Amino acid sequence: MDMKVNIAGVEWKNPVTVASGTFGSGAEFADYVDLNRLGAVTTKGVANIPWAGNPTPRVAEVYGGMMNAVGLQNPGIDVFCERDIPFLRQYDTKIIVNVCGKSTEDYCEVVERLAGEDVDMLEINISCPNVKEGGIAFGQDPKAAEAITKAVKKYAKQPVIMKLSPNVTSIAEMAKAVEAGGADAVSLINTITGMKIDINRRTFVLANRTGGVSGPAIHPIAVRMVYEAANAVKLPVIGMGGIATAEDAVEMILAGASAVSVGTANFHDPGVTMDIVDGIGEYMKQQGFETVSEMIGIVR
Amino acid sequence: MTSKKKENAQVISQEMIAQDIYSMWINTEAAAEAKPGQFISMYTNDGSRLLPRPISICEIDKDSGSLRVVYRVTGKNTGTEEFSKLQAGDTIPVIGPLGNGFPAEKAVRKRAFLMGGGIGVPPILELAKQMECEKKQIVVGYRDAETFLREEFEQNGEVYISTEDGSIGTKGNVMDAIRENDLEADIIYACGPTPMLRAIKAYAEENGVECYISLEERMACGIGACLACVCQSKEKDHHSNVHNKRICKDGPVFLSAEVEI
Repeated sequence: MDMKVNIAGVEWKNPVTVASGTFGSGAEFADYVDLNRLGAVTTKGVANIPWAGNPTPRVAEVYGGMMNAVGLQNPGIDVFCERDIPFLRQYDTKIIVNVCGKSTEDYCEVVERLAGEDVDMLEINISCPNVKEGGIAFGQDPKAAEAITKAVKKYAKQPVIMKLSPNVTSIAEMAKAVEAGGADAVSLINTITGMKIDINRRTFVLANRTGGVSGPAIHPIAVRMVYEAANAVKLPVIGMGGIATAEDAVEMILAGASAVSVGTANFHDPGVTMDIVDGIGEYMKQQGFETVSEMIGIVR
Repeated sequence: MTSKKKENAQVISQEMIAQDIYSMWINTEAAAEAKPGQFISMYTNDGSRLLPRPISICEIDKDSGSLRVVYRVTGKNTGTEEFSKLQAGDTIPVIGPLGNGFPAEKAVRKRAFLMGGGIGVPPILELAKQMECEKKQIVVGYRDAETFLREEFEQNGEVYISTEDGSIGTKGNVMDAIRENDLEADIIYACGPTPMLRAIKAYAEENGVECYISLEERMACGIGACLACVCQSKEKDHHSNVHNKRICKDGPVFLSAEVEI
């Protein structure tokens, strides 16, 4: 049995990575997870300059999940390159750098800077619902999504994964748009915009008023969207959204994902990714799959 | 390497010690390394509630490998309500100890205030037990006459009480108790609601007193990764590269001059 997967020319030792923003740059989880056993580590979004993020409260628990409006706080690309890349390079895993920005130029600046760095893939976040500029503004309009994909591809030396938002009418149309722009892969779904109200204080729970809903509650929505995107484009799809168990991960792969990201479940159990890697292997053994690619998108 | 993990701690005992305030002893590996002012992440056994509840450590018994947590049930159908129903022999998933804790050693040969307000009172108990200082002045504030942990405090220092309704001690808050009793200190340790900590920080700055405050904020991961529980720092923070510090990882205890609250 072989758990290796090939995502846009990059070979991962297994199909499991982590969702950007739920894992820092790996350092905080290194006490709980053997980072060598992850297919890839996807880092917290990084911009050209440091971002302070949103006011607190930034998170709230909701039934079967959570909401966040962290607002892409990050130390900026310089600190990231000096500190986080060397840290991750100590481990035998692939590095996927999530890139955020307020304008096309911001994204391109980070992508150009990373062209000279020892990282394996780039994930372009055009789907964050919690920042006023950039983010989702590029991810809800197919023309804008295609244009920014084209722009970053000019500077990118590593394969580009476009991270898509579920807050759209047609995920298939968005996936096709970034494919037309030259994307090497897509990842989905980012969080679903939500709101929670504190009925005793009679105000919004999050300082940002709205936030992105994640966790097992959104898993069926994510499976449906991964299925639709995978059937709309030829690109590999990295599936995420509420994966908390190996069974959830397998479901996503059968729907069409070539790899999966574990997000909110890392907060419920920092060691969960190890169980998911092991559990996918056990499923393959039980069901007689020799390779992961035999499983991808076979439910039609 | 992978030295830490979520663990199923065993409940040794549980009792209600005031209205909505529960005291629970648990047997946990977290006890071995725990310090006063640190917290543990406590998880519910309900699959619809995913996030840990950060609960401060009230007492540490290294010999038996156990910790005491004293916490408030925040309402109906909450995670803390579920915790309050656990009984001896039940298990509860925990991770810890987390955070930095109070620097108790800085109080040696000093006159100290150990201040707690409301559900910020419990972590002050282990601090009081461990601290060696010239004058240990424990100033604790409550809503009313339900002055939980008071007897334990009285075994560990001079105790001054404030109550919002004036039923016991000074009527008002912990700052009122300091004024009424003409107390002075060279170092302050405090945990409680933000308005209380704000007043203590202002007092410490006016009087040039070294002051450590334990902050609270909504958390998700509890281990420094998600950046949910930040507070504003006076100087640019080394890790974040902006004026934010992580309460769960860089705190929850901060030198009051370091943070803006």
